[in-house]
Amino acid sequence: MQDHLIVLQDLRMVFGDGYEALKGVNLYIDQNEFLTLLGPSGCGKTTTLRIVGGFEKPTSGDVLYRGKSIVNLPPYRRNINTVFQRYALFPHMNVAQNISFGPDMRKEDRQKTARRVLEMLELVNLSGFEKRSVKTLSGGQQQRVAIARALINKPDVLLLDEPLGALDLKLRKEMQGELKRIQVESGITFLYVTHDQEEALTMSDTVVVMRGGEIQQIGTPQDIYNEPKNAFVADFIGESNIYAGTMVKDKRAIFLGCEFNCVDKGFGQNVPIDVVLRPEDVKLKPAEAGIDGAPQGTVLSTLFKGVHYEMRVLVGEDVVLVHSTHAREPGAEVLVTVAPSDIHIMHKSDYVRENDEEEEGLM
Amino acid sequence: MMRLLKRSYMSLIMLFLYAPIVLLIVFSFNAGRSRGLWGGFSLHWYAELLRDQQILTALRNTLVIGLSAAAISTVIGGLGAIGLYQLRRKGLRQAMLSLANLPMLNSEIVTGVSLLMLYAAMRMELGFVTLLLSHVAFCIPYVVLSVLPKLRQLDPHLAEAAQDLGATPFKAFCRVILPDIMPGVFSGFLLAFTLSIDDFVISLFTTGPGVTNLSITIFSMARRGISPKLNALSAVIFVVVLTLLIIINLPNFKQQNKKTRKEIPI
Ligand SMILES: Nc1ncnc2c1ncn2[C@@H]1O[C@H](COP(=O)(O)OP(=O)(O)OP(=O)(O)O)[C@@H](O)[C@H]1O
Ligand SMILES: [Mg+2]
Repeated sequence: MQDHLIVLQDLRMVFGDGYEALKGVNLYIDQNEFLTLLGPSGCGKTTTLRIVGGFEKPTSGDVLYRGKSIVNLPPYRRNINTVFQRYALFPHMNVAQNISFGPDMRKEDRQKTARRVLEMLELVNLSGFEKRSVKTLSGGQQQRVAIARALINKPDVLLLDEPLGALDLKLRKEMQGELKRIQVESGITFLYVTHDQEEALTMSDTVVVMRGGEIQQIGTPQDIYNEPKNAFVADFIGESNIYAGTMVKDKRAIFLGCEFNCVDKGFGQNVPIDVVLRPEDVKLKPAEAGIDGAPQGTVLSTLFKGVHYEMRVLVGEDVVLVHSTHAREPGAEVLVTVAPSDIHIMHKSDYVRENDEEEEGLM
Repeated sequence: MMRLLKRSYMSLIMLFLYAPIVLLIVFSFNAGRSRGLWGGFSLHWYAELLRDQQILTALRNTLVIGLSAAAISTVIGGLGAIGLYQLRRKGLRQAMLSLANLPMLNSEIVTGVSLLMLYAAMRMELGFVTLLLSHVAFCIPYVVLSVLPKLRQLDPHLAEAAQDLGATPFKAFCRVILPDIMPGVFSGFLLAFTLSIDDFVISLFTTGPGVTNLSITIFSMARRGISPKLNALSAVIFVVVLTLLIIINLPNFKQQNKKTRKEIPI
């Protein structure tokens, strides 16, 4: 316990209106880690972050910081800084005054602070902006000022709540790289919140997937993507095919009306399961190929997506989503094949997918 | 034809509204005593004004009451606005806000009488203190109303951001919140001051023997027959109040200009 920087112990949060936003969150964060809370809107990401920052007190549970409880410490006594979603820059101050606010509050030497402000501006690529009014800055520039204002305090942990949410796609990509660079250069622990799975996967050391106030899975981006623990994680992390199936015995599963070889063991015999297939892992073969035990289907639609074609194949009553560089005509009869190692078997969960349209809107 | 009609109609309204005041100001510079005959330009009545001890005392009372009432109601009303703003429960906040605004809609005479009854019930002697208290009371809602919108414009996370950077709640308020709502606080103060020096009805009910302000003095002097001195005094009050109102509304004008400018497509 002592070696973790921050430990969240069984955090519960019930708001005044009786809404239970966190239902027992357990999590630890290590020094220098880039940890991301990922989940759909309303799952409790911001609430968790605000508890760590000291802006909210959990109904029960504890926050340990280097082994000591800090739940009763006000925000201004924690060596933790926050980059707020809409920046919360002080509008009547210029860029330099905003950035030096923290050191000024601690009554640090003014000349030293002035030097540090210039260093920070350099770090966030805003040299020469110190006298500008923050009201005249673009969204991306305000974002950088907010980061500099937090980093100048050399916090042990930086909390970022969807810091790139308000930026356009191109700027967002750019800032993702910058943030990662700043995190590596400064060696500061980042606790990051986003609902964008791609952002989470590209930037983080560890991803925590949340849903409805509960943690679904904690793991490296690779783990989360390749070995989702349940249908919700698989669905949220990327476009995927999820089917109800049965585990016949070790390494044998039935779904899409056929029996497949897979690599998973230890589920027991004749147990209901969920099966996840990534669209890029599904290979289509011509129906004439005659592969034993492969389900046959009809191509419903083919859509060119730039790098690949996206095809929908009807197998029985199920639709299989396929990404491939090789297009097939709609109406063509095909066989659906998947390598055993690309079949992800999960325990059956209560998660019911929303209908496809909504899901696409979310992505 | 239509336009001509519209214009003359507007002019008539303006004439109706402003003729008495213009007349008053013009005749305050009249050398003669008459209110109908122009006897030449003179500052005689203004000089007279400065020599009248009763008026000077009333002026001093008005200014002291106005400034103190404005200061006290700005502090109370400003803090009240912050309290209202921070109320989390929406229903409760709405109720409190309506409760705070009600006295503004209440007719002055009712306010005056009820204050008088309150002081009587509390066995307070009518005089300077009761006058001041009454002015504070009727100014507070106006201060709340001018500060609250400024608070609403603020990013709700500003105070948290300041605390996050090491400021205690008090410091966060002084360094971050206050400078941003200052225009609202300032216009609240001026509004309170204007209302206070302008008030007659409530003052009449809540002041005691020996303590009078300008409006009461003018009223009692006018009853004894109108002296051209009163023209001069009224003209001065009118100009002062007008100036104050312009200052209070200046930021609004500017903002409106900005807005309309922004709306022009580029
Ligand atoms: N002060 C509050 N009072 C009552 N309910 C609240 C309060 N703050 C948050 N909630 C509720 O708690 C739940 C979790 O909120 P939270 O802000 O943590 O979600 P989030 O994961 O950050 O979502 P988003 O991605 O939309 O920001 C939501 O249902 C929200 O309505
Ligand atoms: Mg949030």
